[in-house]
Amino acid sequence: MRVTSPGFKANAGRALTDPQLQKALKRLKGGFQVARLKAAEQLPEFEALRDQAREIKDFTLAHLDFYLELFEERVGFAGGKVHWAANASAAREIVLDICREAGAKKILKGKSMVTEEIGLNDHLEAHGLQVIETDLGEYIIQLRKEPPSHIIAPAIHVSKDQVSEDFRKHHTDLEPKRPLEEPRELLDEARQILREHFLTADVGITGANFLVAASGSSVIVTNEGNGDLTQTLAKTHIVVASIEKVVPTMEDCATLLRVLSRSATGQELSVYTTFSTGPRRAGDPDGPVDYHVVLLDNGRTQLLGNEFREVLRCIRCGSCMNSCPVYGAVGGHAYGWVYPGPIGAVLTPALVGVEKAWHLPSASSFCGKCEEVCPVRIPLPKLMRHWRERAFEAGKAPATQRFGLKIWSLFARRPGLYRLATRLASRLLRMLGRKRGSLSKLPLAGGWTSERDLPVPPGPTFSDLYHRRKS
Amino acid sequence: MSAGRDIILGRVRKALGRGPLPPEKQLKLRSRLAHPKRNLVPQRGDLAGPELVGLFVTMARKADAEVERLSDWSQVPNAVRQYLDRNHLPLNINLAPEPLLQALDWDGFQVWRDLPRREDKVAVTGCFAAAAETGTLVVTSGPEHATSLNLLPDHHLVVLPASRIRGSYEDTWDMLRLAYPDAPPRTVLWITGPSRTGDIEQTLQLGAHGPLRLQILLIDDLDDA
Repeated sequence: MRVTSPGFKANAGRALTDPQLQKALKRLKGGFQVARLKAAEQLPEFEALRDQAREIKDFTLAHLDFYLELFEERVGFAGGKVHWAANASAAREIVLDICREAGAKKILKGKSMVTEEIGLNDHLEAHGLQVIETDLGEYIIQLRKEPPSHIIAPAIHVSKDQVSEDFRKHHTDLEPKRPLEEPRELLDEARQILREHFLTADVGITGANFLVAASGSSVIVTNEGNGDLTQTLAKTHIVVASIEKVVPTMEDCATLLRVLSRSATGQELSVYTTFSTGPRRAGDPDGPVDYHVVLLDNGRTQLLGNEFREVLRCIRCGSCMNSCPVYGAVGGHAYGWVYPGPIGAVLTPALVGVEKAWHLPSASSFCGKCEEVCPVRIPLPKLMRHWRERAFEAGKAPATQRFGLKIWSLFARRPGLYRLATRLASRLLRMLGRKRGSLSKLPLAGGWTSERDLPVPPGPTFSDLYHRRKS
Repeated sequence: MSAGRDIILGRVRKALGRGPLPPEKQLKLRSRLAHPKRNLVPQRGDLAGPELVGLFVTMARKADAEVERLSDWSQVPNAVRQYLDRNHLPLNINLAPEPLLQALDWDGFQVWRDLPRREDKVAVTGCFAAAAETGTLVVTSGPEHATSLNLLPDHHLVVLPASRIRGSYEDTWDMLRLAYPDAPPRTVLWITGPSRTGDIEQTLQLGAHGPLRLQILLIDDLDDA
């Protein structure tokens, strides 16, 4: 997937003036956030479960090599095969090889962010395979040739009229004059079209919400049922999952599931939670004949070893973006890659490079809402701050910002000078704003005062007051 | 391919600042798997008898499943017939090859006993267990239960004996480990309500790719157990 994160400022500017997108984002505010709060209220243990969810993830990460090897062993016991992909291109090749070996032509996919991350669809299509997304949102954006704009609601930016237009354009075998306006009509048409694909697929590819080491199971959590049809009806099931998805036991998985759906959509539990262990057994009437799991690193081990380790706890619920005022204003596409919102602001610089994505951790007001709602309590603002430091060290901050900081440090390192300057500034501001008690314009801060006034300082500076009181 | 394995495991260990875990530590971690420790289990499901069944019914309905209570197995065919009549459907069903279901009197029905076909609208199956905490059915794959039966037909009618209801997910895993000591079945599917999507303008719609309706026929067998 092409990275457009370097153009964040321009992307965000366009998003802010896109009335269609703004309408969609408004809906988001009343939806997931409110539902999450209600679900949390109804489970008295919710906060304690979040603590445990964090501990489970931390414990697993501290023993990651052990649980990955155990997972591989157990998948083997069940008759499946684990493949290890150090980076995106290795993962793409492994999946392509499995598809070729299976003699596959038609590949169906359940929703998977990690396959977006490695650009799997383009690669398979470039090698002559037909790839069909089956999650309704993913199907819509596949027709539109767009990237997802939210990790659990990928087509949240698209209106029903646009969906209707896309369906008419692509489903050319159907009666052109059919009614196709209401969400129900659109869903029924997609259901009918995709059903035919489910029944004729050669390979089904899904992601995984969790990998359970003790049993060698891959777990998907869905509402539509498309992931289950994808992994049940094709002859070959390929799971693509990044290495931090592994958890020790079903008991640990249960704890994480209890916080996942509630944080994501506010449901007590998503409709389908499916534990798949190996290929179909002797006597099973259906299920895949071959079962593969591709374990992907692609930058995770680097995060494991530095100050960003905590981000690997993420279970991809999307609650950080649902509650983020910046995401709520500019939407997902502005972030310019697979993972938008606060989690994207921390992951994207790590996975595509800080030189391309340094705008993202800077696009935050540090209101802290993301950390407040994160089911595994990732300190997202702190991690964004680490990226800001790194970006600054890499010389990414604009010249004006560097100049400003230099001036400030000149004063900050000389307390006497600092006190004198703040005293003078305070007096000057009081003089300028004497009439109104506030200032609506300031030199060099036009961007700040365009939205708000600066109240005039009330009198002596803090350090003057402090010294007076002490003496 | 094993190159990828060595690279990743090497990087993990480097990041963790150590070599492979010493054998005694590995043994300790492995011994924890044989007797998996429960984390905090919500109190909500800590009930028994009719209260537990009541919680299941409440939670399943909250997830938009329909629940009908029957006093014994012999009432199942009639309940299915009434459901089909109410929904103006012909008496055609796709019946899972489970002995308890097959033994019932399906006189008057057209019964298909193989994998679901395109035209099959109604599946009647059993289920392994249920977790009351969220009204969740636990359905397992096996010779007597094709996974596609739960997913392809528009209507899924599930027969659940009340004695199979447990309070929590953990309780259902304990049952599963008793029934399948070596490894879980290929597919363990938790179903909480009928399929749905909010992908078009966040408008919730029931019946996405899976069943449009989920009807639970709950058999009150608590006294027999």
